Amino acid sequence: MSTQTEPPEQTDDETESTPEAEPEPEPRSPGQRRRDEKAARAAERDREAAEAEPDLGDDAITLKVFRYDPEVEGKTEPRFDTFQIPFTKGMTVLDALIEARDTYDSSLTFRHSCRQAVCGSDALFINGRQRLGCQTQVADLDSDVVRVEPLPHQDVVKDLVVDMEHFYDQMEAVEPYFQTDETPDGELEEQFQTPENREEIKMSTRCIWCGACMSSCNIAADDNAYLGPAAINKAYRFAMDEREGENMKEHRMELIEQENGVWRCQTQFSCTNVCPKDIPLTEHIQELKREAVKSNLKFW
Amino acid sequence: MREYDVIVVGAGGAGLRAAIAAQEAGADVAMVTKLHPVRSHTGAAEGGINAALREGDDWHDHAYDTMKGSDYLGDAPAVEALTRESPKETIQLENWGMAFSRDEDGQVSQRPFGGLSFPRTTYAGAETGHHMLHTMYEQVVKRGIEVYDEWYVTRLAVSDEDEPEERDCHGVVAYDIKRGEIEGFRARDGVILATGGLGQVYDHTTNAIANTGDGVAMAYRAGVPIEDMEMIQFHPTTLPSTGVLISEGVRGEGGILYNSEGERFMFEHGYANNDGELASRDVVSRAELNEVNNGRGIEDEYVHLDMRHLGEDRILDRLENILHLAEDFEGVDGLEEPMPVKPGQHYAMGGIETDEWGATCVGGLYAVGECACASVHGANRLGGNALPELAVFGARAGRHAAGDVDEEAEITTGWDEDSEEGENVSPVPLGEAGLPSAEKGALADGGRSSPPTDAADGGAAAESAGDAGVVEEAVQAERTRVHYLLEKEEGINHAEVRSELQETMTENVNVFREEDALKAALEDIREARQDYQHVTVEDPSRTYNTDLIHTIETRNLLDVAEAITVGALARDEFRGAHWRKEHQERKDDEWLKHTMLSWNDGSPGLWYKPAVLEGEDKSYEPKERSY
Repeated sequence: MSTQTEPPEQTDDETESTPEAEPEPEPRSPGQRRRDEKAARAAERDREAAEAEPDLGDDAITLKVFRYDPEVEGKTEPRFDTFQIPFTKGMTVLDALIEARDTYDSSLTFRHSCRQAVCGSDALFINGRQRLGCQTQVADLDSDVVRVEPLPHQDVVKDLVVDMEHFYDQMEAVEPYFQTDETPDGELEEQFQTPENREEIKMSTRCIWCGACMSSCNIAADDNAYLGPAAINKAYRFAMDEREGENMKEHRMELIEQENGVWRCQTQFSCTNVCPKDIPLTEHIQELKREAVKSNLKFW
Repeated sequence: MREYDVIVVGAGGAGLRAAIAAQEAGADVAMVTKLHPVRSHTGAAEGGINAALREGDDWHDHAYDTMKGSDYLGDAPAVEALTRESPKETIQLENWGMAFSRDEDGQVSQRPFGGLSFPRTTYAGAETGHHMLHTMYEQVVKRGIEVYDEWYVTRLAVSDEDEPEERDCHGVVAYDIKRGEIEGFRARDGVILATGGLGQVYDHTTNAIANTGDGVAMAYRAGVPIEDMEMIQFHPTTLPSTGVLISEGVRGEGGILYNSEGERFMFEHGYANNDGELASRDVVSRAELNEVNNGRGIEDEYVHLDMRHLGEDRILDRLENILHLAEDFEGVDGLEEPMPVKPGQHYAMGGIETDEWGATCVGGLYAVGECACASVHGANRLGGNALPELAVFGARAGRHAAGDVDEEAEITTGWDEDSEEGENVSPVPLGEAGLPSAEKGALADGGRSSPPTDAADGGAAAESAGDAGVVEEAVQAERTRVHYLLEKEEGINHAEVRSELQETMTENVNVFREEDALKAALEDIREARQDYQHVTVEDPSRTYNTDLIHTIETRNLLDVAEAITVGALARDEFRGAHWRKEHQERKDDEWLKHTMLSWNDGSPGLWYKPAVLEGEDKSYEPKERSY
C-alpha cells in the first residue's frame, strides 16, 4: 500500500481509512494459520491490557500510531492504534514509541538507531509534519495528542516503516562520489581546499539521508522521476567542491540540468522547512540554477 | 545459496573500508548489514582521526602515546600498524573527497586531544564520523559493491572440529528483515565481521540502539576467543538525560570542567596536574564521579563543561554540532551556559581476538573495528584512535581476506604455548542456561552449526557435505531457531530481559567496580539468561519483524554482558579503564596479559595470554601512567 494518495483521515473511528484493492487471499499455509491465530490472541491480550490501564491523569500523552501489515490479520487495513504513555520530562516522540512498543505491543514497528539525529532512520510524519522522532520533544508539540504516521509519498512496508529504495535510487543517480581530473601523485599528498570553500559546502555535507525533504516535496510527490532535494543537494556538495576541478563541475551541471533536475523545483521551501539538519536545500537548488545559467552562457 | 569471495558483515567505517580494499584486491565482495550503511554508528563519532601527518610529529610518538594510553595492555605490532598506516588512510579519505576542516593554508586541520603528545587529531567539525562514513559509502557506491542492507546476520557457518584453531568459516546465515526469509551466504575466501559496539549492554550509553554486540557474540559462540572484555570505556562527557556524546573536541579546543563549587577540579583536586581536562578518558571519568560522590556534583549527578570562553566564532567554526546536540537533547544553549555532563558507556576496547591483519584463529574469519580486539587499545582507548582503527584494519583485513597479503602476523591467535589456564571466578554457572533438551538446539547458540532438532527442517542438511554443506546446516539450524521463537505460544517479551540486564550492568559493572557487586551482576545475568528461555516473539509477521530481531539481539547482549563481568571479576588489579576497589594498583608482575574467554560449546572458560610489548624495533616498557 502507499500513502501516495491521501494520508488516512483522522476520524473518531480509528480503523477507518482509505481502503485499497487487496489481492485475492491465497490459501493459508499451516504456519500462516498458526501465526494468524497467534496474532488474534495477541490482539485480544492487548485489548485487555488497554482496558485495564489505570488513569494516568495529566502526566500522560495520547500516542496515535499508524498501523499496517500486509500479511497479519486485522492489520491489512490501515488503522490507527492509540496508546496512553506516561509523560516524562525530556521525552521525545521516539521515546514514546519505544515505550509503547516495549510495554504494550512488541509488534509496533519503526526504524531507529542512534537516538541523536545522525543516522536518519526515524524520519516520520508527526502531527502533520516531517520530523525525526528522536529530535522531537513531545513537550514542543504543544498537544496532548501525538499522531505518528509513516512519511507521506512513500510506500509503506509496515506500520511506520517506508520503502526507502526510491530515495536511495535518486541519491545514487547523481554520481554521489568524489571525482577529479587529477589525483595527487604521492600517497601522502592531500588536495588543498580553502576554508572558504569548505564553508561553502559544509551545510550540504550534513545530509543524513532521512528522506524528510523528499517526502515534503510536492513536485517529487507528483513525479517519481524528479531527482528531489536530497539528491540535488548531494550534487551541489560535489559541484561546489573546488577540489573536483572545472571539467568535473561541467559534467555535474549536465547531470542536474537534465529534465528531472533543478529546473523542476518551484521554490516552495517545504524541503528547507522540514530538514532536521537545517540544510538550506532550496537555496542550494537555486544556486545550481544560477550556475547552470552561467555555464550555458559560456557556450552561447 | 548466494556465493561471494569475501563477505563483510556490517557496513560502518570498518566494514566499508574492508569491502573497498577486498574489491580493489580483486575479490567479488558483498556486504551484509542489518542497517543501511549510512545508518551505521560510525556516523555519530565526533572528535577526529589521529594521524601523524605534520612536520614535527612522528608515528612512533603516536605509537608511544597509544601504548601509554592503553596502560600497556595494547599489543605493539597492532599499535604500530595503526599509527604507521593512519597517515596514509587519513589522506586517502581526503583524496576521496572527505570534507575535513581546513587551516588557512588549505591543508586539513588537526587539534589537540586527550593523551596525545602532539595535536594530531584530524577532524571535520565535530562530526568527523559522519563525514567519514558517508565518504566511504560513496566509494562503495562508485565501485558498485553489492550491499544487502537490512539483512541481519544471525549465525556464522563454521565447521565443527574439536579445537577452534582447526575450524573454518565458510559463510554466514542472514535474515532478510523486509521479507522474513533466511538465506545462506557462502564465502569462498573470507568473512569479515565489522559489527561495531555493544553499548546496549548498559542503559546509559553513547551507543546506538543497534549496537548489540552481535559480531562478538556470534564469533564467541562459534569458538573464537574473546579478549579483554572487561575493558569498557566510559566517556567523561555525555549528556545526563540521554547519554548523547559531547565530543572530547570541546576539551581539545579549551573547554573546562567545573564542579558544583565552581572549582576546575581536574587541577584543583589534583587528578591530572599537567593535562587537566585533557587527561585520558578513564582518568577524567573517574575524577567526575569522584567529585559527585564527594558531594561536589550538580544535582548530585553531573558536572559542568563550559566552552563559552572560546567565543561564538570558534565554537561555530569547530564545534557547531555540539550546540545542536546540547540544545536538542538537553535543552541547553552552549553559547550561553555550561553543559551538564557525566560519564557514559562509550566503547568496548575488548572484543574478538585477532592478529594485526584482523584474522581470528578460525580459518577465513576476520574481525575489524570495535567488535575486534587486535589489541590496539588495551585497557583504555585514546580519543581519536577509533576512526583510524576502522580505516587501517578495515583495509588490512580486506586485503588479507582477498589473498593479497603474504606477511606472517606477529600476534598469535588462539591457544598457544604462552597461554595459561585461568581459574573459575564466577559464583554461578556461566554460558548456556540448561535448557530442556527438546528446545536446546532451537534456542541455543546461533554460533556453530548444531544439528537441527526439528524433524521437519532437518533431513536434507545432514546429507549435504563440504563447505557449502556447513553453510546449509547453519541455515537449517537458524530456521529452527527462528521458527521456534515465532511459534512459541506463551512467554515473556525480550524487552523485560534486556532492561533487567542493562540495570544490573549499569549498577554493578560501571566505572567503579567492587567484588561483591560484580558477583551480584553475574547472579543477575544468570537469572536473565534463565528468563530468556521463556521469551517469545509476539509479532507473527514475516514482514519487517523487529520483535524477532530485537529478541535475537538480546541473546547476544546476554553473552557479551557475562563476558564483560567475568573478565572484570577475574582481573584483580587497576589498569586503564578497569578500576577495582579492592585492588588499587596496576600489577605488572601478574597482569601484563589479556583476559581470554572461550565459549567451549556453552561452558565458558577463562584463560590468559601475555600482552605483546615488543614493537618492530623497540620494547614498550611499562611506566607509571600520569597526565
